[in-house]
Amino acid sequence: MPNTKTVYKRSEGLAKVPTSYCPGCTHGIIHKLVAESLVELDVLDRAIGISSVGCSALNYDFFSCDMQQAAHGRAPAVATGIKRVRPNAIIFTYQGDGDLASIGIAEAIHAAHRGENITIVFVNNAIYGMTGGQMAPTTLLGQKTTTSPDGRDASMGLPLRISEMMATIPGATFIQRVSVHNPQHVNRAKKALKKAFQIQKDNKGFSLIEFISTCPVNWGMTPKDAVDWAVDNMIPYYPLGVFKDKTAEEIKND
Amino acid sequence: MAKVLMKGNEAMALAAIKAGCEAFYGYPITPQNELPEYMSKHMHKHGRVFVQSESEVAAINMVYGAAGAGARVMTSSSSPGIALKQEGISYMAGAELPAVIINVMRGGPGLGGIQPSQADYKQITRGGGNGDYYLYSLAPESLQEAVDLIKESFDIADYFRNPVMIAVDGLIGQMMEPVDFENEVPKWDLEPKTWAADGNRKNREKNIINSLFLDPQVLEDHNLKLKKKYDEMKQNHQRYEMINMENADIAIVAFGSTSRIARTSIELLKEQGVNCGIIRPITIYPFPRKAFEELPKTVKELLVVEMSLGQMVDDVRIVNEGKLPIHFYGRCGGIVPEAEEIANKVLEIVGGK
Repeated sequence: MPNTKTVYKRSEGLAKVPTSYCPGCTHGIIHKLVAESLVELDVLDRAIGISSVGCSALNYDFFSCDMQQAAHGRAPAVATGIKRVRPNAIIFTYQGDGDLASIGIAEAIHAAHRGENITIVFVNNAIYGMTGGQMAPTTLLGQKTTTSPDGRDASMGLPLRISEMMATIPGATFIQRVSVHNPQHVNRAKKALKKAFQIQKDNKGFSLIEFISTCPVNWGMTPKDAVDWAVDNMIPYYPLGVFKDKTAEEIKND
Repeated sequence: MAKVLMKGNEAMALAAIKAGCEAFYGYPITPQNELPEYMSKHMHKHGRVFVQSESEVAAINMVYGAAGAGARVMTSSSSPGIALKQEGISYMAGAELPAVIINVMRGGPGLGGIQPSQADYKQITRGGGNGDYYLYSLAPESLQEAVDLIKESFDIADYFRNPVMIAVDGLIGQMMEPVDFENEVPKWDLEPKTWAADGNRKNREKNIINSLFLDPQVLEDHNLKLKKKYDEMKQNHQRYEMINMENADIAIVAFGSTSRIARTSIELLKEQGVNCGIIRPITIYPFPRKAFEELPKTVKELLVVEMSLGQMVDDVRIVNEGKLPIHFYGRCGGIVPEAEEIANKVLEIVGGK
C-alpha cells in the first residue's frame, strides 16, 4: 500500500481494551486527551494515574501507565503520598464531581493548599453517574435527578463552582475550565491539559483542569441533546476559561 | 551501643527512621503528638518525607499512595484517629500494601479522654474497616520492646504485603525509659517490590494497585488468597511470653502496660504464698492460642486484666475452649490499674476456692 500515511490512531497512552462508558459520554474524549498529552510530553513511562470512585473507577484498566485506585474522594491524598516519595513521576488524579466536589472536597482543597506538584483531571457532569443519577453539589438549579425528583431548589444548595473556588487557594498554580462539546473545544481542552502536565513536569505546582461533561443516560437525553444541554445550561453557569495561572503572573511580573 | 533515655513517642519515631521508613504522613492527636513532631524535625535531615495532612483520613490515604509506589511508609495516631483511618487500612489490606501504623491508645468511645487505655483491642483485632481482613498486630510492654518491634515491623509488613499495627497505650507513648537502638532484630526474607506502581514502566508492563474486583468469583479468589496470609500468621507467627508459669496456680492474661504492672503484682502475690503466672500476648492478632496449649496442669484459673471493660476476654474464651474458669479485672476511662488491685483480685479468686 504505497502513499498511505497514518492520520489518526489510538494513543499509546490508552490500553487496548474497550471502556465501560455509556454511548455519548465524554469520558472517552477526556481519556484520549490525557493519554495523548502524556505521550506528547514524553512522560507516559513515568506517569501514575489515580482512579477514583464513580464512572471512571475502572480506568486503571483503560490507561496504559501505572495506575492506583483510590477510595471515594481520596485521590488527591493518594497522589500526594505518591508524589512525595516519587517526585520524578508525573501524577494525575481522574475524578468526577461527586468524588471531588462532594466527598473529596477536603482532599482536593488541601492538595492545592500545599501546592502539591500534581494534576487533577476534574470531570463535571452535574450528576452522580455510576450510582444511577443522584444529585451532586454541581447539579444545576431545576435539574431533575433521582434524589431531586422535582428539580434542585436552593434549599438543596446552590451549584458549587469548583474552578472559581480552587482559584482562591494561594497554593494553586493553574486552574482552567474547559469543555469538549465540539472539535474546537476539544483542541482547546487538550492545550489546557498539556499545559497543566507541563507545569507539573517543570515542578511548578498544583494544576486542576475542570471538564464540562455530559451524562446522556442519567440526564435522560440522546447524546446530541446532552451536548446541547451542556452548552445551553452548564456553560452559562460554569463559564469556560483560566481562573488562575501563576506561570502567566510570573511572566507579567518579569 | 549505650542506652539512650527517651520519651516513648520519640523513641518509636526514631526506631522507624532506623528501620528505613521513607515517609511519614500524620495528623495531630493526643497522646501521640511527639511522634509526628519528632518526624517533622528529623525525616528531612535523612532525605525522607514528612507531611502533616489535613485529616487522619487524608494521612492514611497518603500512606496508601506511598505504599503503592513501593515506599516504606508509616503513620501514627490515637484511638479516634485510628477509627478515621479504618477506611484506608481496609483499602491497604485489600490492595495488599505494606505499612506500619502506630496506635497510641486513649479512652473512648467517641472523643473519650486522653489518658492511657487498651479499649481499641476490638478495633485492632477485628479488622476495623470493611471486609475480610486482619492486621498483624504487635503490643509491646516496654519502650525497648516497642523500638525492637517497630524496627522489625517494616519487614513484617513487606513480607505479608499487609499493614502492621503497633498497639501501645498512652502510658508507653508518654513515659521515658532507656533504650538501646542497636539491638539486633530478626531480618525477614523479602522479595523486591516488582508490583509497585512507581512510575517506572520503561522496562516492564504497567502495574495496578487496586482493591476493586467486580466479578464475585474473582473477589472470592482474592479473599481466599488474603486468608492464606492470615492463616500463615496464625500458624507460624504467634508471639507471646510466659512469665513465672512454672507451678503457677493461676495465670493472668495481659498485654502492654497492663502486663508490665502485673509483673509487680506477681511479686506481691509471692509474698502472700500465691504462685501466679502471666500469659503476655505480644501479638494480639494473631491471638497466641499456643500459649494456652502450653499452660502447665497446675494452672486452675485464668484472670484477664485489661485497661478496658474486657475486650480480650472473648479471645481468651475461644482458645480456652471451656477448660478453665475465666475471670476479668479491668480499669477503663484512662485509669491505669495498680499492682495491688490486680494482686487483690487474684487473692479474691484463689482464696475463694
